[in-house]
Amino acid sequence: MLKTNVVVIGAGAVGCAVARELSKYQIGVIVVDKNEDIGGDASKSNSAIIHTGYDASPGTLESQLVVAANPMYDQLTRDLDVPFRRIGAILPAITQEQFEKLPAIKEKAFNNRVYDVEYKTGPELLEMEPNLNPEVKGGLYIPRESIIDPFIWVQALAENANENGVAFLLNTRVTGITTENGKVRSVQTTGEEIETDYVINAAALYCDEIAAMVGKADYFVNPRKGQFYILDKNASCQVEHIVLPIPTKLTKGKLMCPTIHGNMLVGPTAEDLEDKTDKDITTEGLESIEADVKRLIPNVNVRETVTQYCGLRPNRNPEGLHFDMWDDLEGFVNLSGVRSTGLTLSPAMGKYVVQQMMNHGLELTFKENFVKNRKGVVRFHEMDRDAQEKLAAENPAYGRVICRCETITEGEILDCIHRPLGARSMDAVKRRVRAGMGRCQGGFCGPKVIELLAREWNMPVEQVRKNNEGSYMVVGRMR
Amino acid sequence: MYEIKCDVAIIGAGPAGLSAAVAAKKEGAEEVLLIERDTSIGGILQQCIHPGFGLTYFKEELTGPEYAGRFGDEALALGTKVLLDSMVLEVVPEENAVYCVNAAYGMTKVCAKSIVLAMGCRERTRAAIQIPGSRPAGIYTAGAAQRLINRQNAMVGREVVILGSGDIGMIMARRMSLEGAHVKAVVEIMDFLAGLTRNKVQCLDDFGIPLKLAHTITRIVGSQRVEGVYVAAVDEHRKPIPETEEYIPCDTLLLSVGLIPENELTCKAAVKMSCITNGPEVNQYMQTSAPCVFACGNVVHVNDLVDNVTVESMRAGACAARYAKGELDHDSRVVNAVPGNHVRYLCPQYICCGGNEDVKLFFRVLAPDSAVTIIARCGDEVIAAKKVKRVSPGEMEHILVPIQKVTGDVTVEIKKEE
Repeated sequence: MLKTNVVVIGAGAVGCAVARELSKYQIGVIVVDKNEDIGGDASKSNSAIIHTGYDASPGTLESQLVVAANPMYDQLTRDLDVPFRRIGAILPAITQEQFEKLPAIKEKAFNNRVYDVEYKTGPELLEMEPNLNPEVKGGLYIPRESIIDPFIWVQALAENANENGVAFLLNTRVTGITTENGKVRSVQTTGEEIETDYVINAAALYCDEIAAMVGKADYFVNPRKGQFYILDKNASCQVEHIVLPIPTKLTKGKLMCPTIHGNMLVGPTAEDLEDKTDKDITTEGLESIEADVKRLIPNVNVRETVTQYCGLRPNRNPEGLHFDMWDDLEGFVNLSGVRSTGLTLSPAMGKYVVQQMMNHGLELTFKENFVKNRKGVVRFHEMDRDAQEKLAAENPAYGRVICRCETITEGEILDCIHRPLGARSMDAVKRRVRAGMGRCQGGFCGPKVIELLAREWNMPVEQVRKNNEGSYMVVGRMR
Repeated sequence: MYEIKCDVAIIGAGPAGLSAAVAAKKEGAEEVLLIERDTSIGGILQQCIHPGFGLTYFKEELTGPEYAGRFGDEALALGTKVLLDSMVLEVVPEENAVYCVNAAYGMTKVCAKSIVLAMGCRERTRAAIQIPGSRPAGIYTAGAAQRLINRQNAMVGREVVILGSGDIGMIMARRMSLEGAHVKAVVEIMDFLAGLTRNKVQCLDDFGIPLKLAHTITRIVGSQRVEGVYVAAVDEHRKPIPETEEYIPCDTLLLSVGLIPENELTCKAAVKMSCITNGPEVNQYMQTSAPCVFACGNVVHVNDLVDNVTVESMRAGACAARYAKGELDHDSRVVNAVPGNHVRYLCPQYICCGGNEDVKLFFRVLAPDSAVTIIARCGDEVIAAKKVKRVSPGEMEHILVPIQKVTGDVTVEIKKEE
């Protein structure tokens, strides 16, 4: 039996942000996740955008948290060494009907206290984005919409929380929660049972199942699939801003934007499902992305794709972001309805949850020795030649390139394996240092990374996995 | 920064680079340097342990390592220097420089009078052809699986389906079978074979592996590891016919769906590229639009036989050596080699007039055909012609053009015999 004060269920962006916030205080925290890596679900498959909240429903908790979170990123991404760029979004109106919707969108932004949204004329927008549909009538510019590396964001929060004392139990599924006299007592898992005073449910897609364990399932979660294209860094048609369609009643629509590493991102679809494990790419989905985005960017060429992926938004019924603590269930904190804005609002949610817990009687004392900074893995390919020379001279592993497409060195891969919460799988390496993210999709570096993982973790080669249990890469040595 | 000076720097010590090195030395280049990212020379041939190499060039049947070994041994015996475990980061034609990084010397600048690009090609991926379905482990390009099996002693799977009838795919069908795997089908979207006929006979027919032409994979199934694939026949527009769909359980999917010249360095060096071959455009000296930069082998256009790569690369190596000595004569008259009827592309794309070396134009046809005549003409004048029994997009064709007769753009076309 393990013993702690707080168990956080879910090591996604929100779970890790809450854990990091708690790690500023003298309190024991354990994060539990069913996946083999942190950020292994919704936090790894989204649009990687840090929103302003301009289009949220004014007055909701979601609006409040997104609007509060956006300005936090400048400092946090510096402290935690996370790639982040404020590139701004544009919302071009192609038809007259869309043009007439702009005042209402601007007013909504105002009501969300996003005051820096500006009108732009058609020619102004075309100057900002030459690949825009030339029929553009005008539109809105939302300067603080930004892009981030979503994988590194979660890793940075988790690594920093870990450095400040938070324990992570990965590959561990929560199987039950025991309560006693209206109070949380312990959490059962596929590993050890954990005795705890608090449970924070940040299980996203599965948060209804966790809530059901304590009899608080007054809602259910259905997945809403979003498929995306990633285009080559050399794609013939590119954009420099987040180009958003004017939303319809039904959907926010499909966008095109650069990723923080210089690829183009095109998507997503919005498909309501029942199966929480359906992550299939479909021809229909991909075709709908192409058709829709071509209305905004007529020359986009999705044949120049390096990969496609899909994520599942945890769509709550009834809808909306909810924070719940119940009088008849002391110690249980329930977060539900965290959707597309979950990545953005994670740092604000961390603060909100901790403050609410304090309002409900949790007494916390600051840690004198809290370490606020985290240093990431170096990015060899972003360095100038002198810096590369210096690094390779200091450590020969940085002189050996393993991933040719993204120019990732052995030194970077070894660092990502050996740092706290280090990579144990192919996907974990890929998300940390981008080996395998390029146009050959691991055709070249994959076999090398398999051997590196086997060597560094001292395991037989058949135990090297793509990600979770069962996703073995090879069946074994031949002779 | 560590600096190396040489006459000819060759990027890549695969079959193209090794042949270029041999020819450069024989042409009298003093310092020839091979820069190789692997820890040994030979390139992709090191993992091609099957026979079938050298039938044209040596008139005998060799394995990949044997074929590479002959040129490797010769290149080293002639005094070629080799920088192993070194990744080239940038080629800068204006500086006559190649920047690379390796574990022993760190960042290294190679100053060369001429540079030969011989980086080979890479494989198209599952994502490039957008196969629908889930994204589990167990999906490999045929070449990656070949590396794992033949060089890393790691078996990739037991129950296998292969998409694409390219040569590597068929060779891996045989290789997997020999290692005890069950290859359930080779699926090809076109209604003709993508690779060499001899590979179909030796690798599929001899092992009883079914070849499904005009079929494709419509969906990959599996949450962690591949569990199976859906396969369907396609119509004349290559669209799957839903009612023909069948499920094949398997744990591994290998892809042999095309090769793409690996030209990241070439593009970065601002060398003019062909949008058909995806390689640099060259003249008959294998010289690119940057005069000190030459290119050969699969980096220029994807070859079916390594023997052709050798011949082409020897020309590149020899011409690079002549350029380094200031002896590569340039006639100012340059004409285009233009693909005509039924021809997809020609290589070289340019012909420098003058000199006395006739020019061998390599090309691929657009569709299979039989009893045809290959014709090269300047305007209306036929300057070369040859009859062939059959042509196929999977096999490289060529025609020798007499340089004296080249007076303007040369068009090559396929004419059906009456």
